[in-house]
Amino acid sequence: MRRAVVMLTAFLASLFIAFGFGATSAWAEGEALQGTLINNGQPVAGVQITVSSQDGAQVGQVQSGPDGKWTVPVPAAGTYRVELDVTTLPEGLTLTNNRPVLTLPVFEGSARTALFPIGSEAGAGAPVDPGPNRLGQILDLVYTGLHLGLMIALAALGLSLIFGTMGLTNFAHGELVTFGALMAFIFNVFVGLPVIVAGVIAVALGAGFGWFQDRFFWGWLRKRRTGLIGMMIISIGLALTMRYISLYWFRGETRQYSDYVAQPGIDIGPIAIAPKNLIMDLIAIVVLVAVSVALVKTRLGKATRAVSTNPALAAASGINVDAIIRLVWTIGGGLAALAGVMLGVFQGINYQMGFQILLLVFAAVTLGGLGTAFGALLGSLVIGLATQLSTLWIPTELKNVGALAVLIIVILVRPQGILGRRERIG
Amino acid sequence: MNWDVIFSVSLESLIGLSTIVYALAAIGLNVHFGYTGLLNFGQSAFLGVAAYGMAITVTTFGQPFWLGILVGLGGVVVLALLLGIPTLRLRADYLAIVTIAAAEIVRLLFRSVTLSEWTGGSDGLQQFSQSFYDMNPYSSPIETTLISFSTRELWVLTVGWVLVAIALLIVWLLMRSPWGRVIKAIREDEDAVRSLGKNVFSYKIQALILGGVLGSLGGFVFALGLAAIQPDTYGTEFTFYMYTIVILGGAARVFGPVVGSMIFWFLLTFINALLPSLISVGAIPSSIMTTNQAGAVGYILVGIGLMLLLIFRPQGIFGDKKEVMLDAR
Amino acid sequence: MPADQQTDAPAKARAVAALADVPREPGAKKPDPILVVDKVVRRFGGLTAVNVGHVEIQRGAITALIGPNGAGKTTFFNLLTGFDKPDEGNWAFNGQPLQGVAAHKVARRGMVRTFQLTKSLNRLSVIDNMRLGATGQRGENFWRALIPGLWKKQEQDVTERADELLARFKLDAKREDFAGSLSGGQRKLLEMARALMVNPEMVMLDEPMAGVNPALTQSLLGHVKGLRELGMTVLFVEHDMDMVRDISDWVIVMGQGEVIAEGTPDEVMADQRVIDAYLGAHHDGAADPDADPAADTAGPAAPAAPAAGEPAGPTAGATAPKPAKEDGQ
Ligand SMILES: Nc1ncnc2c1ncn2[C@@H]1O[C@H](COP(=O)(O)OP(=O)(O)O)[C@@H](O)[C@H]1O
Ligand SMILES: [Mg+2]
Repeated sequence: MRRAVVMLTAFLASLFIAFGFGATSAWAEGEALQGTLINNGQPVAGVQITVSSQDGAQVGQVQSGPDGKWTVPVPAAGTYRVELDVTTLPEGLTLTNNRPVLTLPVFEGSARTALFPIGSEAGAGAPVDPGPNRLGQILDLVYTGLHLGLMIALAALGLSLIFGTMGLTNFAHGELVTFGALMAFIFNVFVGLPVIVAGVIAVALGAGFGWFQDRFFWGWLRKRRTGLIGMMIISIGLALTMRYISLYWFRGETRQYSDYVAQPGIDIGPIAIAPKNLIMDLIAIVVLVAVSVALVKTRLGKATRAVSTNPALAAASGINVDAIIRLVWTIGGGLAALAGVMLGVFQGINYQMGFQILLLVFAAVTLGGLGTAFGALLGSLVIGLATQLSTLWIPTELKNVGALAVLIIVILVRPQGILGRRERIG
Repeated sequence: MNWDVIFSVSLESLIGLSTIVYALAAIGLNVHFGYTGLLNFGQSAFLGVAAYGMAITVTTFGQPFWLGILVGLGGVVVLALLLGIPTLRLRADYLAIVTIAAAEIVRLLFRSVTLSEWTGGSDGLQQFSQSFYDMNPYSSPIETTLISFSTRELWVLTVGWVLVAIALLIVWLLMRSPWGRVIKAIREDEDAVRSLGKNVFSYKIQALILGGVLGSLGGFVFALGLAAIQPDTYGTEFTFYMYTIVILGGAARVFGPVVGSMIFWFLLTFINALLPSLISVGAIPSSIMTTNQAGAVGYILVGIGLMLLLIFRPQGIFGDKKEVMLDAR
Repeated sequence: MPADQQTDAPAKARAVAALADVPREPGAKKPDPILVVDKVVRRFGGLTAVNVGHVEIQRGAITALIGPNGAGKTTFFNLLTGFDKPDEGNWAFNGQPLQGVAAHKVARRGMVRTFQLTKSLNRLSVIDNMRLGATGQRGENFWRALIPGLWKKQEQDVTERADELLARFKLDAKREDFAGSLSGGQRKLLEMARALMVNPEMVMLDEPMAGVNPALTQSLLGHVKGLRELGMTVLFVEHDMDMVRDISDWVIVMGQGEVIAEGTPDEVMADQRVIDAYLGAHHDGAADPDADPAADTAGPAAPAAPAAGEPAGPTAGATAPKPAKEDGQ
């Protein structure tokens, strides 16, 4: 019985560790070796790691899990040899310090972490050298920043409209992005449709999903008169649920669409851009302009802006606020799905992609002024550029820190955001 | 299928390390969210800064343990000021976004290769807990048929629950004082409080620091209990769990976070123990769920639970429904 | 003039006498001003919401601030009390400059305001709402709050005073109820009573009677008059001209952000500019889509021209402008 408890606890412990911060519930009871394999913020799965004792006897062999983590329990404190099998690294990746074998002491009662820094084979670690081609580098970053900004903008517009019309800070908006990317993946890889067709289907499904969410969930909550803060936390619960359902079905790896994975760039002036990116930019710009024009020109668009500015007044003047909100959810769902598809083409598909970009989207929306649609667009470009250009001064791995820091600085100077308005008191 | 094992881990979790850590974190968060109405989505950063402050001092710079604790606490106060000064004048939702951004910044900094010389990068730090365990007065473990704790565990549990008791006492004393009245009034309407001559900004900063410091105790206990720290522990999900716990126990109730944490971890541990054994005995076919996927189920259930709670029992398990109905927000 | 020379209202008689010789023109100098405002301007984008050249408020008198919806009265209140910042201008309270002074400090200096949209602290009991208003509470300091012995005595005194006020405002039956469970009119009462807990020298009431039923209105009027007898200065916004005529010693009229007329109630209501301003509000109200509907939707339907009130007596049946009003709950 005792033994069974220990073993099960150890098993559970390793399981929790394998699931991200689930490690929180594990005791440091058993000594172990552990680590996380990460390349450029993405976990690296399926890499083989072998632990052996000093006399050469193998203690355990594991593969890194979907989140890049691995753990090998060891029988007792002591010094162990940890070897990473470089041949099992995904193609194009390498150990940046070229040290696949580590000899590490493990102390009583604690898990020892082994560090294996992973990077791409080419410019392993070191940033592009800022020499003669500084201008090219900057232009390259500006382009990437705008490209990223456009994708952020697609998601941000919907988030901003939802905030404006119903006051909800939707933490589950990132999951709409993931949803789009996953749907496109299903239709592309499983069904076998071309990426473009799959993308169109995904956007339609995304819009449908947005409509569905409002029709059967948020609309219902509004009727129940759930408070805004309550709804915000509900959206967190929804985000958790959807994100881990994605993990459940999609597993932890980052996967690619069947097409357009690596496309050689064409030279445009001093920089090279892959045509797929240019086409996506074009699509994004057309869509964003179309939605913006619709907001300004059409009756529904004007009604939407009226609801955003002042829901009570809009309702009093005969606008069906609920219908407008549903429309906004539908459009927001479609836009987010489009952002997801584009993000998937750009950097691969992963169950966390939506959440990872959500923070940048929040930053963009806040920067522009909560609830102002055009502010969100502007904020997105600023955040996209800030993310990329900050790598001129800080390490690439910290680029999101740069973007989020820009957010905090802008908020300090202009609390209502770039285009936001101060609230009325009294 | 070994039911007694499943029950024994679940029972142990009732008073175990996670329960303590999350209870402390949630007591702090309750001061922010429950009493003051501050939407702090960066509570994980407070725990992280405390744990890292201690570990870096001890492991990286070889300084004494108690200095490490002081550095950790100092770091928490500085973080509260850094977060609070720009955001506490803003609307609640801005605070939410800025705090979640700040927590993410903190985590990214902890795990960055650039700083790994001090922080250990994505692998974190170890070997800072020796002085703590040297103080361990227990010499024999507890072994019963149902629960068993090693002497190390007993020591961590003792310290942890003493800290929980102290934190509860502080919150209880404060919240029945005029200070607590101002804090609760700010939650309701800060302009009204301002119009009555109270320096709302100062109170909010005080609340932010208090909640951060109380939560940071959880960060210390966590790091010492595991004898290791890892940056990714301090992600946003950490904070989301704390919110679930605060709401489960009932926001703005002194004992809410502790009760919430116990229920939360009992259920989660139970599920996380049950599913793998169901899979291993074949009760759940592996075509439906593998042991790897079982880990995701815990999160899914937490998410669903959080939604259901807020929809049907926003006052928490023991809260007063009437009170929530008055919430105009 | 219509001064009802009751002997039990010496303050009223004094105020009327003091204002008798003041010229009836915008920006008129008063013999003993408590508040002096100079060139205060507040713009929202293209809209100049407030543009007040010069205004003085007589100490110990009840001054009414009237004007159509959107005239800028609330904004003017916000500026004076530090809740909003003007683009330019300065003002002094008791001879001390107030521009740039934070809202809570304004209140501590003795100028306390209430809000047009009532700000009751819903999930605090009525008595706690009241206690909050008391200034200089020792227990509101974080460290002292932890030791009840240090503030218990003062708390008793505060509670006693609060209970007296509650009784005076007929809220004593509701003492232990949540403020959120009160009716709109009762909340207005509570807010006023709470403001008095600050012991202000001057109270600024933004539409205190809106949404209060007629019976209560009468007693509210009584309270406001009582404040004057206690030596306080009252500045209040009100749309009901009968009430304005009944209790105010002096009336200031705002239109489109500017002070357009000043004088005694009866004179002002006979003033052509005032009549025009109220008629003008008709158009303003309809044309301004940004107007906050919760606050000021009265626009199109409301105002009738104020008939020239006969300066004969307070009961003269003048048809005063009586815009539909709502308290925005
Ligand atoms: N925060 C604000 N932003 C933009 N316009 C405002 C704001 N606050 C007030 N206003 C505008 O200023 C004008 C004066 O409003 P207010 O002071 O509320 O008028 P009153 O209280 O006299 O009815 C109105 O046109 C109103 O729409
Ligand atoms: Mg007003």
